[in-house]
Amino acid sequence: MSWGLEDVRVTRGRKVAIAGVAVPVDPSRITVVVGGDGAGKSTCLQALVGLLQPESGIVRRPAKDRIGYVPATAGLYADLTVSENTDFTADAYRMPGAERDRKAAEILGWIGLAGARRRLGGQLSGGMQRKLAVGLALLHSPELLVLDEPTTGVDPVSRAELWQLISRAAAAGTAVAVATTYVNEAVRAASVVLLEAGKVLASGSPDDILRAVPGAVGSALGAVRPTPQSWRRGPSWRVWAASGGLPDGTQPVQPDFEDAVVVAELAHEPGR
Amino acid sequence: MDILAAARGASMRFGALTAVAAADLEVRPGEVIGLLGANGAGKTTLIRLLLGLLRPTGGTVALFGSPPSRATRRRVGYVPQTLGLYAGLTVAENWAFTTAAFRNTGARMPDSITAWKNDLVAGLPLGAQRQVAFAVALSHRPDLLILDEPTSGTGPLGSARLWEGIRQTASQGTGALVTTHNMEEAEQCDRLVVMADGRVIATGTADQIIGGRTVTEVHCDDLNQLFALLDGNGLPVQMHGTALRVGGPADAVAALLTHHGVNGTASVVPADLEEAFVALIATPAVR
Repeated sequence: MSWGLEDVRVTRGRKVAIAGVAVPVDPSRITVVVGGDGAGKSTCLQALVGLLQPESGIVRRPAKDRIGYVPATAGLYADLTVSENTDFTADAYRMPGAERDRKAAEILGWIGLAGARRRLGGQLSGGMQRKLAVGLALLHSPELLVLDEPTTGVDPVSRAELWQLISRAAAAGTAVAVATTYVNEAVRAASVVLLEAGKVLASGSPDDILRAVPGAVGSALGAVRPTPQSWRRGPSWRVWAASGGLPDGTQPVQPDFEDAVVVAELAHEPGR
Repeated sequence: MDILAAARGASMRFGALTAVAAADLEVRPGEVIGLLGANGAGKTTLIRLLLGLLRPTGGTVALFGSPPSRATRRRVGYVPQTLGLYAGLTVAENWAFTTAAFRNTGARMPDSITAWKNDLVAGLPLGAQRQVAFAVALSHRPDLLILDEPTSGTGPLGSARLWEGIRQTASQGTGALVTTHNMEEAEQCDRLVVMADGRVIATGTADQIIGGRTVTEVHCDDLNQLFALLDGNGLPVQMHGTALRVGGPADAVAALLTHHGVNGTASVVPADLEEAFVALIATPAVR
């Protein structure tokens, strides 16, 4: 069974949060929703797990007790110990005693907390809290795992561990949706949805998105911005020519995923 | 050449905890330095030492050639992760407040933020707030700019626009010290300084930090089966597009595939900055 959003529109008061948005989430695969602050990523995920009701569109999701969800700012109880967190979560899902102990031991082993069961959640480092939150969401072996910015502000070592945990769930058959602001995390996913101002700018596999970059991308040097459709990449500029004709002094480059995302944003900028 | 900011063997101990241990760091005019490290590596403490908010318990810290003071602070622009703006004031009021604090009341607001001048900071999207914080930090034309995670939460185009500002400022001679967890952002810097456990464990360009490190890339029709196999054998394995990347040696990975009858190919490829960084701080070089 495939899960996800199809042509979904959500309004908050008079403001349209997302419109015409499709987010496919399939078993054994990771879908990454990429976008900046305010793009509508959290709205997508909240609609997916049923925390908010779309005005229109189709949402497919398993029964509530088959979903694991970690919101952007929480996901564990800071005033409970690690063990109390796993017990509480297992109680909430009515997990039988033997299974809960086995799963809790397995997951705490994965995230390196097996020896820290009596520590308070709030005393763990930021990266460890995020790992525990994802671990708690996996405790009842959900069919659909939904994670809102699990890696924001997390250092690269913890980020690699988190992604190994997330990929492990997908490899075992779970359908996974992850929101992120880090464009380079798209390579972790089978499927990417690029979101901006509540709309989908591009979607598909990372390769599909790369192949669909319109026009030409080049690299240029110099102190001033070569064209309005240029942006900084380190000490040089990237230049996008929608028509395919790059200006003189610009070396054509094979766009990478970061370029593809900026081009998609430029192509949708107001005023064009 | 003048050195804008320098830490020489700088240490900072809080009781039994050594947050910064004999760290060396230099920022020169026009240079953009990226300060990298895991959470708790000592980056923020080192910045607080450079700003003069803390006094080192060992070694020395100098700003523009003298110990940090109120006088040197006037030549520094600082944007903390929390932005340091007054959320309940408008953009124009924030501008007026900061320019007054720096006795710089004639400064003209840059075009990049004038569109929001009558908006309350609290009501602006994060990307706009970052633009405002950056412009405010530049209002007194500092010689040194210190930015803590400057593009966190902004989309790629917003990040690129902010970096255009950072580069523009650097091209006029201002030095910049940027902390980040985002390796795309780190690659925008001229030089990187990597900290672990309070120590500086590596410095250099992104290529120098990668330093010929490699990872094993594995291709296979069934990535999930392959992931489960490598992961189940305790290897640090990551999805990477249509392949997997493993921190272990290629021949060991190939032997594992053969042993389990998995049809796949393992080859050695250059590590990217993030992979190199993870390897570097997982096994810090002995100094």
